[in-house]
Amino acid sequence: MANVKPRVKVPKKAAAGDVIVIKTLINHKMESGQRKDKKTGEPIPRKIINNFVAKFNGETVFEVGVEPAVSANPYFQFSVKVMESGEFTFTWTDDDGTVYDTAKSIEVS
Amino acid sequence: MKTDRRNFCALSAGALTLALAGNRVATADGHAVEERIAEFTGGAEAATGTIELKAPEIAENGNTVPISVSVESPMTADNYVSEVMILATGNPLPGVATFKFSPMSGSATASTRIRLAKTQDLIALAKMSDGSVFSDTKSVKVTIGGCGG
Repeated sequence: MANVKPRVKVPKKAAAGDVIVIKTLINHKMESGQRKDKKTGEPIPRKIINNFVAKFNGETVFEVGVEPAVSANPYFQFSVKVMESGEFTFTWTDDDGTVYDTAKSIEVS
Repeated sequence: MKTDRRNFCALSAGALTLALAGNRVATADGHAVEERIAEFTGGAEAATGTIELKAPEIAENGNTVPISVSVESPMTADNYVSEVMILATGNPLPGVATFKFSPMSGSATASTRIRLAKTQDLIALAKMSDGSVFSDTKSVKVTIGGCGG
């Protein structure tokens, strides 16, 4: 997919020890492999994002094993307890091996 | 061919196998769901409470059903929620998503949007760092299925 664009919402600032909420969204069809082509009757092959990982300063904080029952344009909301300033990295892995990623930094006082 | 008693048995066994196979393709049967639960819990008995699964009572569109799950836990390095698995018992494939938390999660809550093929029960299972398992079930009525034609 040419124009896959991950979107992530992370607060810019937080106090040390705060539990912050992160929202992520990525546009992807999430072809479940259950649908059939209406003209030919052939099943449409599965193509989904099968894994999502959020890391903070290199350490994995949240991970999702994704299966075909997750809706198109998968949305994940989760929380993280921040103790120090740093950078979040987010990676989505496609069935075909493509990796989509983005990063957001946060200032913790 | 005359259907005597002997080959009647063979015929009906064949028909039964076919019926079962057909059922498996149409929706995930109880067997597949149980398999996934056993795989996740590793044989531990799932207790109720502690985990809460939130889902709408009626979902008009099965293509995007918002769900959220939260587990009560102090989320410290030696006592936290390690994994939460969501299962949809009425979908062609029961698996939905598995959330893996860490002590850095702060609170074990997560939400996403899922597809539901028809009216069915959702199961959420939480595995704690000490190996204990908790579960919650929610029934969702679906007006339009979300798994395509």
